[in-house]
Amino acid sequence: MNPKKVDKAAIAVLYVLAALIVLILASLLAFILIRGIPQFSWEFFTQPAKTFEEGGGIIIQLFNSFYMLLITLLISTPVALGAAIYLSEYAPQNALTDFIRTAIEVLSSLPSIVVGLFGYLIFVIQWGFGFSILSGSLALMIFNLPLLTRTIEDALRAIPGAQREAGLALGLSRWETVTRIVLPAAMPGILTGVILSAGRIFGEAAALIYTAGQSAPALDFTNWNPRSISSPLNIMRPAETLAVHIWKVNSEGIMPDGAEISAGASAILILAVLLFNLLARYLGRKLQQKLTSA
Amino acid sequence: MAVRPIETDVTKTSIKKLPENLTGVISTEDLHVYYGDFEAIKGVSLEFPKNQITALIGPSGSAKSTYLRSLNRMNDEIKGAKVTGKILYKGRDINASDVDVYSVRKQIGMVFQRPNPFSKSIYENIAFALKRHGIKDKNVLDEAVETSLKQAALWDQVKDRLHESAIGMSGGQQQRLCIARAIALKPDVLLLDEPASALDPISTAQVEETLLELKENYSIVIVPHNMQQASRISDYTAFFHLGNVLEYDETRTVFTRPAIQATEDYVSGHYG
Repeated sequence: MNPKKVDKAAIAVLYVLAALIVLILASLLAFILIRGIPQFSWEFFTQPAKTFEEGGGIIIQLFNSFYMLLITLLISTPVALGAAIYLSEYAPQNALTDFIRTAIEVLSSLPSIVVGLFGYLIFVIQWGFGFSILSGSLALMIFNLPLLTRTIEDALRAIPGAQREAGLALGLSRWETVTRIVLPAAMPGILTGVILSAGRIFGEAAALIYTAGQSAPALDFTNWNPRSISSPLNIMRPAETLAVHIWKVNSEGIMPDGAEISAGASAILILAVLLFNLLARYLGRKLQQKLTSA
Repeated sequence: MAVRPIETDVTKTSIKKLPENLTGVISTEDLHVYYGDFEAIKGVSLEFPKNQITALIGPSGSAKSTYLRSLNRMNDEIKGAKVTGKILYKGRDINASDVDVYSVRKQIGMVFQRPNPFSKSIYENIAFALKRHGIKDKNVLDEAVETSLKQAALWDQVKDRLHESAIGMSGGQQQRLCIARAIALKPDVLLLDEPASALDPISTAQVEETLLELKENYSIVIVPHNMQQASRISDYTAFFHLGNVLEYDETRTVFTRPAIQATEDYVSGHYG
C-alpha cells in the first residue's frame, strides 16, 4: 500500500471509532431522556417524594442536590485554589512535593464508595456530624479536591512565565503577582474546572449514601432559620440527593411508580450535568474573549 | 569571509573608567553569578553612565542577559542561581540580603525579550503597578498613563482605545507598551534584554527611536539583538565573552578602534 492509501485507511478507522463513541453516548442520552421527559410534570417538580403511593415528586431531593453542591464548592474551592497556587507558584521541585503530587493522583482514583465509608467513620461517627449535609459535603470535598486542584494547577501553569517576570520586574511581590496577574489571567480555565467538577459532584451517589443519608425529611421552604431541622438551610440535617434517590428508589423503593420516578429523576440529573458542561464552555469562552478582545 | 573559532588571547582585557564629565548611575564590583555549580559570570566590574545608553554585546552564551538580570535582582527568581559581589546603586550595595528587592526593581525597571503585556486593558497595564505601589488618585493615574505612553511614542496610536485589551495590539506596540509600563514607575535605570528580537524591522526602528528619546531622562542598559543595533543606539559598549568582560569603552571606539584583538575579531564578524 502506498502512504496515501494507508492514510485514507487510518482515517476511515478513526472515523468509525469516533462514530462508535458518539453513537453509544447519543443512544444512552436518548434512552434516558425519552424515558424520563414524559414523567415531567408540575407535581413532579413541586411535590415531596411519597413512600407508599404514586405521584411523589422530587422537589426536596433536587433542592438537596443543589444545596449540597453549593456547600461542597464553598468548602473545596478555597482549599483547592490554595493548594494549586502553592504547587504551581511556590513549591520547590523536591521529593516532598513529588510525594504530594503522587498523593493527589492516588486520591483522585480512590473509589467513591471508599470515600463514602471513610466519611461515615470520620465525619458521621468520629466527629459526630451524623448523617448530614455537612458530612456529605466533606466527603464530596475529598472526592472532588484532587481533580479540582489538578485542574486549577494546570490553568495556573498555562500562564506564561513572562507574565510573572513582568509583574516582579515592576516591583510587585510574588504574592501580588500571583493574585493580581496570574490568577485573573487563569480565571477562564479555573472557572471551567470548577463548573466541570460541579457536574461530577452533582451526579455522585456512592460517597453520599453513608454520609448525607438516604432520607429526606420534609422541608418547610418558608423556614429560613438555619438551625431548625425543617429549614432547607440547615446543614446538619440528613439530605438525600437526586442521585441517591435514584439509587434508593431502584433498590428498595416500594412506591408503585418507582420506575417512572427514577426515569424522570435520571433525566433531570443528566440535563443538569449537561447544563453544567455547556455553562462551563460558554463562561470560559466568554471570559477568555473579554480578556483578550481587541 | 571564513568563520573561524576565536584564537586570540581572551585573558587580555581593556576596561575603561568613565571620563570625568560623566557620572555613573549603577555599577558592579567583582560580580559573579552561579547556576548551581556553573559559573556564568566570572567577576565583572563595570560602571554605567547616567543618561546614556550602554550596550552589552558578545557571542551567544557569553551571559549578557544573566548579567543584566542581576542588576535588578531578577536572578533571585531563578531556582539555584546565586549572585556574589557588589551592585552599587546610590551608594548602597543592592546585592545585600537585607535590601528590599521590590523597591530596587521599582527604581531599576526591566523590559524583556518578548513583549509580555498583562491580559488587561492598555490603561490597566500601566496603571496597575502604580496602584499597587499606592497611587490612588485617578487624575494622577490618568496623567502617568498619558505621559508614559507619550514617552514610549504610543499615545497617538492608542489614545482612543485605552480601555481595550492590550493583547490585541501588534508586537511592536506591545513592546512599546511594556516600555511605557516600565517607565511609568519613573525608574532611574531601564534594563532591556533584546527588546527588539521578536519584532519586525519597522517596529524595531520605532523601539530604537523611543530609546534614543528616553535617554534624556533615563539611564539605559541594553542587550541589543545584533551589533548594528548596538552601534546605532548606544554610547558605551561592553564586550562580553564567556562570562567575562573583555572590553568596555565608548561605542565609537569599540567598533572602530578596539583596544584588544578579541573585540576586533568579534565586531568585524570573524566569529560570534
